[in-house]
Amino acid sequence: MADTKTTTATTQVDLTCVKPYGDALNDGKVQLAFTLPVPYGEEAEECAKQYAKKLGLDEPNVCYYCELTTGYTFFNVYGSAQPTIDYTAIKVPKVEGTVMDRVECGEWIGEHIGRDIVVVGASIESDAHTVGIDAIIQMKGFHGHFGLERFKNVVAYNMGSQVPCEQLIAKAKEVNADAILVSQTVTQKDIHIQQLTKMEELVEAEGLRDKIILTCGGPRISHELAQELGYDAGFGPGKYAEHVMSYIMQEVEKRGWQDKANIADR
Amino acid sequence: MKSKLNLDPKVVDSARQHAANIAHDMQDFIERHTTVSTERTVVRLLGVDGVDELDTPLPNVVVDQIKEAGALPTGAAYLMGNAIVQTGKNPQEIAEEMAAGKLDITKLPTCSQEEAAEALKPAIKATFEKIDAQIAKRKEYLETLGEGPEPYVYVIVATGNIYEDVIQAQAAARQGADVIAVIRTTAQSLLDYVPYGPTTEGFGGTYATQENFRIMRKALDEVGEEVGRYIRLCNYSSGMCMPEIAAMGALERLDVMLNDAIYGILFRDINMQRTLVDQFMSRVIIGYCGIIFNSGEDNYLTTDDAIEAAHTVTASQFINEQFAVLANIPENQMGLGHAFEMDPSTEDGFLLELSQAQMAREIFPNARLKYMPPTKFMTGNIFRGHIQDALFNLVTVWTHQSILLTGMLTEAIHTPLMQDRYLSIENARYIFNNCRHIGDEVEFKEGGIIQSRAQEVLGKADALLAEVEKDGLFSTIEQGKFGGVKRPFDGGHGLEGVCTKGENYFNPFIKLFMDHE
Repeated sequence: MADTKTTTATTQVDLTCVKPYGDALNDGKVQLAFTLPVPYGEEAEECAKQYAKKLGLDEPNVCYYCELTTGYTFFNVYGSAQPTIDYTAIKVPKVEGTVMDRVECGEWIGEHIGRDIVVVGASIESDAHTVGIDAIIQMKGFHGHFGLERFKNVVAYNMGSQVPCEQLIAKAKEVNADAILVSQTVTQKDIHIQQLTKMEELVEAEGLRDKIILTCGGPRISHELAQELGYDAGFGPGKYAEHVMSYIMQEVEKRGWQDKANIADR
Repeated sequence: MKSKLNLDPKVVDSARQHAANIAHDMQDFIERHTTVSTERTVVRLLGVDGVDELDTPLPNVVVDQIKEAGALPTGAAYLMGNAIVQTGKNPQEIAEEMAAGKLDITKLPTCSQEEAAEALKPAIKATFEKIDAQIAKRKEYLETLGEGPEPYVYVIVATGNIYEDVIQAQAAARQGADVIAVIRTTAQSLLDYVPYGPTTEGFGGTYATQENFRIMRKALDEVGEEVGRYIRLCNYSSGMCMPEIAAMGALERLDVMLNDAIYGILFRDINMQRTLVDQFMSRVIIGYCGIIFNSGEDNYLTTDDAIEAAHTVTASQFINEQFAVLANIPENQMGLGHAFEMDPSTEDGFLLELSQAQMAREIFPNARLKYMPPTKFMTGNIFRGHIQDALFNLVTVWTHQSILLTGMLTEAIHTPLMQDRYLSIENARYIFNNCRHIGDEVEFKEGGIIQSRAQEVLGKADALLAEVEKDGLFSTIEQGKFGGVKRPFDGGHGLEGVCTKGENYFNPFIKLFMDHE
């Protein structure tokens, strides 16, 4: 709430205790849309209001509600959130290195690595979605960002979807890949965690863990999650082929694999 | 109907003729071959159901034994017929004895083909009585309850648990859905058997089993009676068990089935010989039962660019239409697919989408066109996504599409929540009602962007089909001309389940299913 004595807008944000912004600093405005398994009616509205309060919203306003089906009611709620966060204390693990564009990546590899960088990618196990791996590898790429097939000095193998972990690892060995790209789109019941874990364990069991750069990507994957699962890097929404290759090529240099095209030499 | 796009009927005829030649060319190949899945379909249609103690479905037990004995070229029909003659038992009893290791049907004395065919008649009759009863039941429902107007509102349920799916499906029907598709668990398309019984665990969807079909059918009949509108049920006749699932769909009264002559080859890497043989058997069943098939052209646009590759969609629609003609599928059961998948940042992209959708309607005036919503360019910004879906809904009603696969504002985030489906159906109903006759009122400028675009795409589709006719469909797929995906003739899953038919091969069901108006 604005201080009645001030005549100008409060613009000085205290980053140690931030809360949502609606149209005035610290008004805490948030909108929620949710369903409660209760019959439609005034009791439902009150139930939603009380629930919003428990979520930490002051003055909850149920601006719309309707019946979805017998016994289920849908709500749109606005309210003023009370909790605050210390922004200055936040630390997010990020993929290291400089991000270059496609052309710069190609030139950088030519200058710093002096050989082609080889990557193998697939959507593994039960996941039938190729959209993620295609966005990174396929020539057309995604959202105007060309895929790795269009990069100079990069050789990329796209094995498609439903590829068993064993097959992906065998291919990586066969072509002496510098990096493996694992894509996971389906996340229901955390299936992606199980499958990514299986992949990491198999790479470990094959004695390849420090001889290959292991990365994963998908709409619900963050770098932090990837690291927790034992991967070198993870790429979530908004990351394209240039992000992936910028990381891989700098990692290849860091590990001194310029003259170690063969996995056996690493 | 006068063409609003000023399409040249000669080009349409030419494209259709090329497609017919392509399909005929393939049909020669199809008729010389059979597959394990086609033979398991025969076994199912003879009334064999259930699993052995290791949960292997009995149709697999039967066909595996035949295949291991090298007798697949003879076909399951003769061997089962002969087994009936020699043992006096019915097909289910025979399959159970095979599962128990008590009977090898490939090592029995042999009767003539005529005797075997005669012995199968009671089992075939029993199956057709069941299927015909389901067709009659649908007809009765449509006459008494009626149905929602086109475009049918089609929504998905995908909880992984068939009982949870039922709750979601009934809620969706009450909110205005006309078609409920139970999304299949992600890995099922590559299983070379159909799982058995009710299931409560799946990833990104629910197992397609005959029991799950039955549970959902019953739930939709109940809610249909409640809302006074027949609710159609959709599932997948695709993947390695394409024709078996069509047979299950026939027995359990599915109304719509995803079924594409070449989708499995391109997007599931199923061997092309296997898929083409299987699609024929599946479509013959679908045609007889009044099931609407949905082809998967929309998928091309998730791997290829929707503006550049638009003509591949049109070309594939022609091919799917002509394969359907060969399986005797009536036009109003041809749910040819396409999609609203152009990059939303394209200037005048809406006009190009409108052009493509109107063109599909004019080329296939009596088909039950299935129109797919934006997915590739849905970002997680649900507010913008809802507007993208609104533009898609507008094109749908404007160009008289038949089946609207309702776009979800939460596409790219999660499988739909109950409230997502509500908001999406509300969006569609608002626009359909508010713009109901816009297509009858608005004409397109002669030589304008919309007309020119359609003429260009049709021309390119015709040229592509001419090329495919020259090279053959197999070779075209090997070159990656559809969806930008290349597949080798001898590659992919399931080739080991394909064989050339032997001299005495027969499949009694093809003729019986083809025999309808």
